Amino acid sequence: MTDTSLSPRMIKARRTFMENVVRTLKTAPLSAWFGMVVILIYALAALFAPWIAPHGEAEILGRANLPSSADTILGTDQLGRDIFSRLIFGARNTIGIALITTLISFFLGGSLGVLAALKRGWLDQGISRVVDAFLAIPVLIFALMMLAVVGKSIINLIIILALLDATRVFRLARAVALNAVVMDYVESAKLRGEGMGWIVFKEIVPNILPPLITEFGLRFCFVFLTIAALSFLGVGVQPPTADWGSMVAENKTLINFPVHTFPYIPVPFYPAGAIALLTVAVNFVVDWFLHRTSGLRDGK
Amino acid sequence: MASDNKRVKGDVLLEMKGLKIDGKSDDQWNPIIKGIDLTLRRGEVLGLIGESGAGKSTLGLAGMGFARPGCRISAGSIVFDGIDLIAASDEQRRALWGSRIAYVAQSAAASFNPAHHIIDQTIETALSHNIMPRDKAEADARDLYKRLQLPNPDTIGLRFPHQVSGGQLQRAMTAMAMSCRPDLIIFDEPTTALDVTTQVEVLAAMRDIVEQFNTAAIYITHDLAVVAQMAHRIMVLRYGNLVEEAPTRQMLKQPTQDYTKSLWAVRKLEKRESPSDDIVLSIKNVDASYGNATTKVLDDVTVKIPRGRTVAVVGESGSGKSTLARAITGLLPPSRGEILFNGKPLPATLGARDKDILRRIQMIYQSADTALNPRHQVRDIIGRPLEFYLGFKGAERDRKVVELLESIELNESYIDRYPSEMSGGQKQRVSIARALAAGPEVIICDEVTSALDQIVQEEILRLLMKLQKDTNVTYLFITHDIATVRAIADEIVVMHKGKVVQQGLKSKVLNPPYPAYTELLLSSVPQMDPDWLTGLLTKRSKAKAIA
Repeated sequence: MTDTSLSPRMIKARRTFMENVVRTLKTAPLSAWFGMVVILIYALAALFAPWIAPHGEAEILGRANLPSSADTILGTDQLGRDIFSRLIFGARNTIGIALITTLISFFLGGSLGVLAALKRGWLDQGISRVVDAFLAIPVLIFALMMLAVVGKSIINLIIILALLDATRVFRLARAVALNAVVMDYVESAKLRGEGMGWIVFKEIVPNILPPLITEFGLRFCFVFLTIAALSFLGVGVQPPTADWGSMVAENKTLINFPVHTFPYIPVPFYPAGAIALLTVAVNFVVDWFLHRTSGLRDGK
Repeated sequence: MASDNKRVKGDVLLEMKGLKIDGKSDDQWNPIIKGIDLTLRRGEVLGLIGESGAGKSTLGLAGMGFARPGCRISAGSIVFDGIDLIAASDEQRRALWGSRIAYVAQSAAASFNPAHHIIDQTIETALSHNIMPRDKAEADARDLYKRLQLPNPDTIGLRFPHQVSGGQLQRAMTAMAMSCRPDLIIFDEPTTALDVTTQVEVLAAMRDIVEQFNTAAIYITHDLAVVAQMAHRIMVLRYGNLVEEAPTRQMLKQPTQDYTKSLWAVRKLEKRESPSDDIVLSIKNVDASYGNATTKVLDDVTVKIPRGRTVAVVGESGSGKSTLARAITGLLPPSRGEILFNGKPLPATLGARDKDILRRIQMIYQSADTALNPRHQVRDIIGRPLEFYLGFKGAERDRKVVELLESIELNESYIDRYPSEMSGGQKQRVSIARALAAGPEVIICDEVTSALDQIVQEEILRLLMKLQKDTNVTYLFITHDIATVRAIADEIVVMHKGKVVQQGLKSKVLNPPYPAYTELLLSSVPQMDPDWLTGLLTKRSKAKAIA
């Protein structure tokens, strides 16, 4: 085993990222596959919305509240726009905003949380108390107030929701990082003279990833629902931009219609169903990922 | 007393025949115990020894008719005093447990409920089995405390578990096991977590009480010298098979199997000391304390460490030996005194040291499980110091990693492994390679072998010695195990309560005349002689009588 006469020779190269992805995907259970397929369809719809959608986002086709037909698969809404096309454009807006918001909140809350756990002392105290203060105010009320102060725009919406959500992520990241920072490998990295960036992102974050990923799945859905709620209340995504939350809001009165107007009753359920399906799909994938990263490395 | 069985020594109490136990992993059943026969008579103490994974704990628990969750008894029979424990219902077994079969676990601190008084926990089993009324049970517990030589036997039971020492707690747990006067006690590594000086007292107390009540016992341990004091008969296990079984004296004198002999040989490893005056690290009058400055953890410590040699720092837990390592590495800046490295003062804090100084002093930890990042491959664990200190990248770095793997006697196939895919000994080797990768002058080894089995310990010690020969690296070796010290040290520093009791060459420290503490420490190390404990106790009681 210590025979060196064979050198120089090839040393097994590191597995590439794609090889790892393929190896991982082979182990995915049915529910995870279902989730991934759904997410993929949503992602494609969001990316290629202008080419897939039969009609424009704000294009008025004629009469309002038409039942489904060959031209308008799901019928038209209260202004005579194609509901199917708006659902597809809505994917782009709703998912895009929720994803960007969640990513920002995780980067911010996650890195601050780990840093606070690592540094302790006044930095930890300072950030933690500010976060506590924010946690004392309900998200929806606070977001409503801030949007009223800074004005309704998509950028503002993203920044405000990301900041508010980062406080939740911070708490979780700090709590799980506290368990990791006392490990000898962190001390060993400190002794080696490693910088903060390495210790946080290379030593600690990989070890606290499972709870953070689960939280990501949940947070993504929460943000998604918060945006829908804000849109429903009229301060989120502004018309004529399509958004699932506001689509539910616009058509909510149709639920009250009597039975003989049957074709219209399902209308608010299309965007609501789109929200529900994506939420379920995301959680299927997250559950699988969590099981894989936290459990034993069985069945490789 | 629960049972009215006659306590006649010699009757068969527990009998296992062709016992097989399987454990579940990766969704399939793997054998843990592969067909073992065991007979235990009343009043007899049976020692079970073997490395971790040998199945000794599993077999011990099977003596209660118990299989851990995820395990199943797949074949064979277990008969306890005429009762078939495998066929018995859960209720029947539960009636036996505690009252007629008791169990003493390794960590008393983890087994006691911190929220209840010790005495309430001691008599709990006796009360719940309705064996005796409360006042009688309490009086009995106090009597047991006295027999176990616990200090203040009348009041110690009123304390909470955190208010007594580890050794006292372990004895209290033995009292708990004794409270129903069981026919059989299973001791599972009861002294492994204790210091040698405490271990002696606990061993003596346990042996006496087992003898006084003529209780049969199964004593599980990986420490041969300990089992030699306790057991009448020894069974050596390996991979779930019985290797050898014989009465203690015969087993110690003439082991027949190669594996048993190899267990015995570990304790004979010994490095020849060689003195040196070339001092690489000199610690001068260092004081250090945690938090408030009132209690000094290091008190005026002065130690000289010669280049290319191994200095062993010994002492019981709380003696400040690990704190000394923290002061040298800069994790705990000393409150007074200075540390000279190659003649130049070493900056006190980690932040004030440059990369080159950091590179020259490396550290290896006790537990490779926590010292290696579980999310990094061996390639990155060993490669990082190469890249960080020496600037190796890409294929060049990989080649260096393989060279290092070869120097620690692992082949290059390990390069892609995660720590969870290696054994304890292999992980510790990787920790050593990580320290070596920096090309250090001094490596601080903090109890690096104490979490390993004896045979693996020996391999690691041999490896460390080989590496020292090749690279002339200096080791500061922190340990509480005198056998390890004998094996590896050139010089020894004895520490007690933050002070250096003695420093000198191995031959000087390990031979008389001793300072009082060194003598206590050395005499407490169990010997392979079955009469050692008896001899030591009579010697100590005589000395006490004279004083």
